[in-house]
Amino acid sequence: MNMTKRKTFGITLYILFLLVPIYWLVNMSFKTNEEILGSLSLWPSNFTFDNYMVIFTDSTWYSGYINSIIYVSMNVVITLLVALPAAYAFSRYRFVGDKHLFFWLLTNRMAPPAVFLLPFFQLYSSVGLFDTHIAVALAHCLFNVPLAVWILEGFMSGVPREIDETAYIDGYSFPRFFGRIFLPMIRSGIGVTAFFAFMFSWVELLLARTLTSVEAKPIAAIMTRTVGATGVDWGVLAAAGVLTILPGLLVIWFVRNHVAKGFALGRV
Amino acid sequence: MIIKTENNKAWWLVLPVFLLVAFSAVIPLMTVVNYSVQDIFDQNNAYFVGVEWYREVLRDPRLHDSLLRQFIYSFSVLAIEIPLGIGVALMMPTQGRMGSLCLILLAIPLLIPWNVVGTIWQIFGRADIGLFGWALNAMGIDYNYASNTADAWATVLLMDVWHWTSLVALLCYSGLRAIPEAFYQAAEIDRASKWAVFRYIQLPRLKSVLVIGILLRFMDSFMIYTEPFVLTGGGPGNSTTFLSQTLTKMAIGQFDLGPAAAFSLIYFLIVLLVSWLFFTTITYMDKAK
Amino acid sequence: MISWMAWTLPVAIFFSTIGIILVCMTAYELHSPCVERKGFLPISTTRGDRLFIGLLVSAYFHLMYVGLTDMSLWLPLGISVIWLAIVLRWG
Repeated sequence: MNMTKRKTFGITLYILFLLVPIYWLVNMSFKTNEEILGSLSLWPSNFTFDNYMVIFTDSTWYSGYINSIIYVSMNVVITLLVALPAAYAFSRYRFVGDKHLFFWLLTNRMAPPAVFLLPFFQLYSSVGLFDTHIAVALAHCLFNVPLAVWILEGFMSGVPREIDETAYIDGYSFPRFFGRIFLPMIRSGIGVTAFFAFMFSWVELLLARTLTSVEAKPIAAIMTRTVGATGVDWGVLAAAGVLTILPGLLVIWFVRNHVAKGFALGRV
Repeated sequence: MIIKTENNKAWWLVLPVFLLVAFSAVIPLMTVVNYSVQDIFDQNNAYFVGVEWYREVLRDPRLHDSLLRQFIYSFSVLAIEIPLGIGVALMMPTQGRMGSLCLILLAIPLLIPWNVVGTIWQIFGRADIGLFGWALNAMGIDYNYASNTADAWATVLLMDVWHWTSLVALLCYSGLRAIPEAFYQAAEIDRASKWAVFRYIQLPRLKSVLVIGILLRFMDSFMIYTEPFVLTGGGPGNSTTFLSQTLTKMAIGQFDLGPAAAFSLIYFLIVLLVSWLFFTTITYMDKAK
Repeated sequence: MISWMAWTLPVAIFFSTIGIILVCMTAYELHSPCVERKGFLPISTTRGDRLFIGLLVSAYFHLMYVGLTDMSLWLPLGISVIWLAIVLRWG
């Protein structure tokens, strides 16, 4: 089959295009700075873990990862807690202003974070949340909650209404029905939502950097430290970069079977 | 399709979302409007200046330039990523282990923090330590993204294509999977050409995911900040300074609260208009089904 | 607590007006739910849609006016109010 071969060739080429820059980063993270600057080599000749050791032994470095993971997890939890009931309401009921509310939520997903930068800084300073994890988590809710409502609404619309009605007739109260019957039915939807909430919170830098200074500084902001008086510490920069890719890989591995379904709803 | 019942008590379920988003969206928005009509020196010294900042911002050639650049950039991104994304989706294996492997590999760039995406390309494109820059120069192409405007643009665009085409591809892939096998069999009986299959079976079925893909890609490229900031710092000159970066420079760098706020609101109005246009289109397509 | 928001009277009036309009529209909607219809706008709209379209167009009109002329803002404001009324009634 000539056609299939051509397709395989094309997709392989594209995936190579995706992977080569990443390979280059991984490659660099195992090199010494002398080798990086000295000559261009396709694989490290003096294989070294020194760059990673710098990160794992220096608390200003590894605390960045911990900070990022803390606020991302908080964000995922908050997002799911508020978005689940709201998505249920949107998928089951008509109420005054529902369409406009939905549109308003979506505009927040579309609004550039740069617009909110300054007032966010002032807002969180004035309520004493500046430089805390919860501030970043709340700020990221701005774009994650609308997204979560959108995705979950899609999954919930796929569950037939009769299930709700049967449960109510059987004497289930709303909270019990929601927790015991409904949530397990949309498990994969919750997984996909958590995945996207994690992803968008993890990759965002602008808000996270503006709302923190020391205590809750994300890894992405700490990476700028590698630019020192003696030039850029390329090896450590590359190692730090590689370490930021790993959590994403881990998460996508867990939801790999559900992600296609999430995309199938066309709601990302 | 679920028939929804009328019930205004549903508002109670939506209330937490409403309050949370209102807290992070409405209060800042009101503040921005306040800033935009005042000249603020510090907490106690603010003077009402009316629409002066709007006048200044709307007539500032630097902002016209960055707005123009932004539109050129967003449209170039769409012009490359949408066809490429469809192409990649058509080439993906449809099932089995290879299918899910492709899915995961394609998703990788989406999961990398945006500043790391910038870093990857910053390194990759350098002539001294990066494979890409080194290879281009070895082939005799004088390539330097830090000093040559065209190279900087090409690199920023290439980076965006690398970063985001997967999103379009994954959307289209799931759209393609939703086409029943019977459609293809019918086409085979009719001896339809590959092009006809694409044009009359696949493309129409992709319409709704494509609208969403275009919407997301347009909006996200319209607010792009981190990647070009890390890669080129907006340079050489101002040639890759996009809207968000101009705004951030004004607000945080120079602390010009008034003009930055006026600019934010204009930015927000553009976004509002575009989201509304897309939202209306999507709703109408849903209704037409 | 609120001082950082740097409130000014015109902005306060602006947001109160929007707030009052929203409250009134909601009350009106609860009192007599509206049906979607088609007026002179190319798409069929509900009352809320027309309000949104009216406000958005007014905002752009103001921006254009401020960008191109130095005249008083009362003129576009007046025109916008009339436009809003027209859209809500016949849009």
